Amino acid sequence: MKRYSAFAVAREAARFHTGWERAWRNPAPKSRYDVIIIGAGGHGLATAYYLGKNFGIKNVAIIEKGWLGGGNTGRNTTIIRSNYLQDPSAALYEKSRSLFETMSQDLNYNVMFSPRGVIMLAQTQHEVRGYQRTAHANALQGVKTEFINPQRVKELVPIINLDGPRYPVLGGLWQARGGSARHDAVAWGYARACSDMGMDVIQQCEVTAVRRDGGKVVGVSTTKGDIDCDKLGIVVAGNSGHVAGMAGFRLPIESVALQALVSEPIKPCMDVVVMANTVHGYMSQSDKGEMVIGGGTDGYNNYTQRGSFHHIEETVRALVETFPMVSRLKMLRQWGGIVDITGDRSPILSKTPVENVFINCGWGTGGFKATPGSGWAMAELMAKGHGPLTDAFGMERFREGRFIDESVAAGVAH
Amino acid sequence: MLILTCPMCGVTAEETEFHGGGEAHLKRFGPGSSEDEFEGYLFMRENPKGVHFERWRHANGCGKWFHAARCTTTLEVFGTYAAQTYEPPAEIKAVISDKRPGWRWREHS
Repeated sequence: MKRYSAFAVAREAARFHTGWERAWRNPAPKSRYDVIIIGAGGHGLATAYYLGKNFGIKNVAIIEKGWLGGGNTGRNTTIIRSNYLQDPSAALYEKSRSLFETMSQDLNYNVMFSPRGVIMLAQTQHEVRGYQRTAHANALQGVKTEFINPQRVKELVPIINLDGPRYPVLGGLWQARGGSARHDAVAWGYARACSDMGMDVIQQCEVTAVRRDGGKVVGVSTTKGDIDCDKLGIVVAGNSGHVAGMAGFRLPIESVALQALVSEPIKPCMDVVVMANTVHGYMSQSDKGEMVIGGGTDGYNNYTQRGSFHHIEETVRALVETFPMVSRLKMLRQWGGIVDITGDRSPILSKTPVENVFINCGWGTGGFKATPGSGWAMAELMAKGHGPLTDAFGMERFREGRFIDESVAAGVAH
Repeated sequence: MLILTCPMCGVTAEETEFHGGGEAHLKRFGPGSSEDEFEGYLFMRENPKGVHFERWRHANGCGKWFHAARCTTTLEVFGTYAAQTYEPPAEIKAVISDKRPGWRWREHS
């Protein structure tokens, strides 16, 4: 793999950009791999990357039914933060956030990590108490956050209306090293690094069956033929229930559509990420100038990747109250992604009832921020069978009543 | 946008008039049940890609609970029926068989 650098740009410019090579290979599947990962989204590719980097397991295929990063990896609102309430979550998400800090250097690929800061607005007394509690918990966990007053919110976000008609801004939970990154680049950077280690990223190859011998996995059947493996990782977000069904076990997961939309580009007006969980709206400004807006989830199971229109109305209504200047903005695009939601709103990183099958799912409405940490932890789980970051996230926690309850802490949006 | 017909009051309306109540026909387990039964009842869900049976409430209407048979990939509604039943009625299953031959949902087909 040729490294990207300022020198490489100059060299290619001198020969009219004829020397750039493809970022990753597009191979046909081999008949056998040590590890197969189903799902070439951010989490699946990160899992493969850290299997190779941290554990030297490089005979790996990442199988994708669509195109690379075309699911929730390319559909989220790119928010990165780690201000969670519970200790296991804070450890996992803070690991992830810290990996974003050096990701561009690690991958030799510019993921445009921008630690511009994230504010979660407190707009009810209940939220004020909740976020103060989270700030205290984060102090004990070593995650740097603080509860700020409305004046500080106004300094950070001059376009905000503190005295909205429905929900005045009473303060906010501020994480200065949160922010955003370019979601596509995260997937592309991992894919390039995986391909460079000799791993096969196989796109447009849908898994149709998980083949078992007794209680143990032996491989998968796909639209490009049968492929054998020693270990199988299922990292398929909204389709987790569907693929787990092929492998022969059930999950405590419900899949629903979550929507986002993006406006026409405007001049820079907001240089932090703002989340308003009470009114179901969050917004940031992309480098191109578009306002990126996240909304609420549908209230029923579905796999449509569209979402119900009235949720857009709710989100936009809330944002117009909070940011009056956006009322004249035109929206360019709207889309939906299928998110996999667990009862306690925390992910599942776990062994399964089928030997050598591992699952990474349940990230629900907040998976993008966890991409590197999820891959790091999942790789350790698959290589060693357990790990300090994943031990609390086993799927048996529901049966045993050991929830990692972030639903109360986070309200709705992640 | 889903459009549902409430079988209790007969009103046909779009989804903002209703509230989804999750998977239908769950068997409730009480004291003396095994851990597997409790886990299945409390947490495990079909979450199918395709035919699904759900509970809905006509929240901004008559207020009654009812059941709906629906496709989760196309949002097509196969029919709605009263909640006073332990399993999908035969006429709803016939409609689904007509439109989705070979469908399965738990032990029903």
